[in-house]
Amino acid sequence: MNSPIVSRRSLITGLTASAAGLLSGCDSLARDERFRKVLFSAENMHKWLQRSLQDRQALAREFRPDQRSRFFRGNGTLNPNTEAYKALWRSDFLDWRLRVGGMVARPLSISLAQLHAMPHRVQTTRHDCVEGWSAIGTWRGVPLKAVLDAAQLSTRAKYLVFHCMDDMGGGATYYESIDMVDALHPQTILAFALNEKPLHVRNGAPLRLRVERHLGYKHAKYLSGIEAVADLSTIRGGKGGFWEDVAGYEWYAGI
Amino acid sequence: MRPMRLDARGWMEDHAAMAQEGDIVTAEAEAAAPGALVKRHRLSTRLWHWLNALCLYVLFASGLGIFNAHPRLYWGQYGANFDHAWLELNRFGALWTLPASYDLALSRRWHLSIALIFAFALLAYMLWSLVNRHIGRDIAFRRGELKPAHVWHDIREHARLRFPTAAAALRYNVLQKASYIGVIFVLLPVMIFTGLAMSPGMNAAWPWLIDLFGGRQSARSIHFIAAWLLVAFFVVHILMVLLAGPFNELRSMITGRYRLPRERKP
Repeated sequence: MNSPIVSRRSLITGLTASAAGLLSGCDSLARDERFRKVLFSAENMHKWLQRSLQDRQALAREFRPDQRSRFFRGNGTLNPNTEAYKALWRSDFLDWRLRVGGMVARPLSISLAQLHAMPHRVQTTRHDCVEGWSAIGTWRGVPLKAVLDAAQLSTRAKYLVFHCMDDMGGGATYYESIDMVDALHPQTILAFALNEKPLHVRNGAPLRLRVERHLGYKHAKYLSGIEAVADLSTIRGGKGGFWEDVAGYEWYAGI
Repeated sequence: MRPMRLDARGWMEDHAAMAQEGDIVTAEAEAAAPGALVKRHRLSTRLWHWLNALCLYVLFASGLGIFNAHPRLYWGQYGANFDHAWLELNRFGALWTLPASYDLALSRRWHLSIALIFAFALLAYMLWSLVNRHIGRDIAFRRGELKPAHVWHDIREHARLRFPTAAAALRYNVLQKASYIGVIFVLLPVMIFTGLAMSPGMNAAWPWLIDLFGGRQSARSIHFIAAWLLVAFFVVHILMVLLAGPFNELRSMITGRYRLPRERKP
């Protein structure tokens, strides 16, 4: 039965127009500061839901070495290319040090050789980029907990900030942060090798973070320092990471 | 006549009694003459329908925005630029995506907030429809409906666009039931679970989920395919509304009231 009040043509036109209207309406909504706050708050809900469903120590899937990607691509910075980095690279990172500071009783300055001498963990895991691709690789590194124990981390520290050597433009270096749930997780390691070879420059040489229950941008590359803090709001843009500050990525990247 | 109640629990009966107000086929409506305005869709169905329409629209548009960050699809556990992609597309244009201009972070914010509303609304709708017996009474197949002769008859009637008239128009036919069951109980849950399977946090919490779909990149591919199947459902759904009488159909989904179609002249 065709109604004289709403013709097919006008309904189709109406649907198309309302879809276009919805689209531009959503776009202008997302520019409203209060609406953005609500939209961005879903991250906390996801974090709460996931952490409620997840055992604190629940492990990310580990694979067999024969399940690895044939090629582990890089992303983000593929080479820091700064003079300081090039000098370190030329000397095989002999002069490179990882500085551990902030709310620790014993600030550390650790060389690559010292890291090699510490206990290792080897894990073949899947790396999930926020863009959608995944790659499986075998990482070798020192459990972050071992480094934190050596530095005697303060019990008042709530977050660890990872400072990096890659210049993201205008002198701002990459940085990321995690909380203690992830910092003390058994699969959270400071990795210096991928697929049993020293880290390639594109994958973060000489040292990168592996925090396996999160998306790729959390896995800070080209590490230069770890800073224990009680609050992220005073660090850089205040949102806990380079992309969180600049682009609005979720700080909780388990989603 | 109303079919027998299946649920035994007292509180369910209470809720069912409350919900009967808007039941799709009330005795009153069945007895109404063709041309009469009768109650058709419950408030819960109408609310969920429009909330769902809005959610699915935002999820689809923001989902294409996310897809644009890496418009390649793979099967298996992993997949990146140097691996074999079964599908490789150009980026979807500004008319398709939310936001219109490429912004992965904002597409994700839209997608992941609305996904919460969508998933919990579906759960609430499923539970409520069990309690008020919308599922048992209107959507589940009845005895005899799945007999090949009956299904064939419905397909033929449908293909000739001979829609049921009078009180028979109040009941879903077997094809409608099959598509609603397919969407509500298969496609929409598949969207939610493949979405969850892509989350590294959920992979640690529920490792079985990713095995169900054969790996993260398979889950991503299935998520994409199921999204387009929902678009196909949408297109057919709109087409059917247009053919069945858009004004009457729209009114019944907004106010709940539906005018019984008159008998066709022989």
